[in-house]
Amino acid sequence: MMEFGFSLSPSSAVDLDKVDTSRFDRLVEMEPQARICIGCGSCSATCTAEPYSGMSVRKVLLGLQRGRDAEVDRMLAACMLCGKCTMVCPRGINTRHLILSLCRISGKGKEGKA
Amino acid sequence: MKKNKNNANQHVAIIGGGIAGLEAARALLGLGYRPVIIEKSDRTGGHVADWHRLFPDMSPAKDIVERLRRETEGARTLLQTEIYAAGRLGNDYTLTLSDGNTLRAGAVLFSTGFDLFEAAKKEEYGYGIYDQVMTNADLERWFNGGGDKRLDGKEIRRIGFVHCVGSRDVKAGNAQCSKVCCITAIKQAIEMKEKFPDAEIWCFYMDLRLFGKKYEDFYIGAQRDYGIHFIRGRVSEVSENIEGRVIVKAEDTLAGKPVKVSLDVLVLMSGMVCNRQVHGLACQLSLGVDEDGFLKSRDNIASITESDNRGIFYAGAVTGPKTVPETLAEARSAALSIHAYLSAQ
Repeated sequence: MMEFGFSLSPSSAVDLDKVDTSRFDRLVEMEPQARICIGCGSCSATCTAEPYSGMSVRKVLLGLQRGRDAEVDRMLAACMLCGKCTMVCPRGINTRHLILSLCRISGKGKEGKA
Repeated sequence: MKKNKNNANQHVAIIGGGIAGLEAARALLGLGYRPVIIEKSDRTGGHVADWHRLFPDMSPAKDIVERLRRETEGARTLLQTEIYAAGRLGNDYTLTLSDGNTLRAGAVLFSTGFDLFEAAKKEEYGYGIYDQVMTNADLERWFNGGGDKRLDGKEIRRIGFVHCVGSRDVKAGNAQCSKVCCITAIKQAIEMKEKFPDAEIWCFYMDLRLFGKKYEDFYIGAQRDYGIHFIRGRVSEVSENIEGRVIVKAEDTLAGKPVKVSLDVLVLMSGMVCNRQVHGLACQLSLGVDEDGFLKSRDNIASITESDNRGIFYAGAVTGPKTVPETLAEARSAALSIHAYLSAQ
């Protein structure tokens, strides 16, 4: 193949027709509150892990609905389950519990390994 | 409040027979005046008469319109009547009507309402170009039992709503927020989910402005109970694919990524814009017009229903986008101001 000195980056566009949201749908079954996030960012702003790892509950919930599973898993791995995000959520979402449920679905954590 | 006794025959001209005009007429009748409703169309009730259900309690729009019509039967109502000219005569106003008559009134109420933004002006959204694009008003007509080929007999599995069509849009000539479209979109999304339970629904918004009583509950309900998706981002363009589906492109600004989705039907939330037809009359009576084209109140806080001219009053969306309860409250408030004005004469 001819070398032109540049390459094409894959499109970052999200095609909602093709996104697999089955993980989000399973999460909603266990945690109906997952639907009522308004994306305010309180959870990310208060997160102890966020400045070092990019962890954000808001982005996790959005990522699940946009097919960005690899990013979601990276963020989940950084969560220390301190629960500060639960304290600040204005919609009263139990974010800590939600993350635990998501780890179960994703087969992460001790229970997942068993 | 003491009824008007001295001026029992005194006429009040009410320009516009929508809910503002009807409610003001009802209140003025109760105070002993003889309101005359001048309506350009062939029926009263205005835009609300075209609507199906009203947020936040899903009450039928026709209930309120029919009640107001019943309670204003004592008022003279001139349908299909326009005003050719208006002027001042002593303390009164004279209106030259399209039926050849002249009406002399001690006070004039402008309840001329708003116009719905013409969605076809936003060409990038494809209204009138692509088959499966409709407006909020088209949808209400369908809810009211009027057929619509975009929905009847179609398999509807994916629905989109575009907020702020022609509103908060300086280029479209409307910098103002139309105020009621956010909650209307949520109401209509819920109604569509009830009609098409298997459908996925996306709302594309810039901000969600849910200021009124129970509006926020409505929003949470739409998310939690109906699974409606909200994407923060203004739709940039709409196109049509070979199957006749609508392709919508926007940026999901919370994800920082462009998104694309194909839909069976797209609903555009046309906003409230000023009623330009009233500008000629406003000019003849030297009434102020705001930058947004709505008529200018004497004061936007203390006297929203009063003009700068004595004897001329406003109620409802003539001064800016309003909800139904706000419009009704203003109409009653204007009726009391008219009473105070005429009693002091």
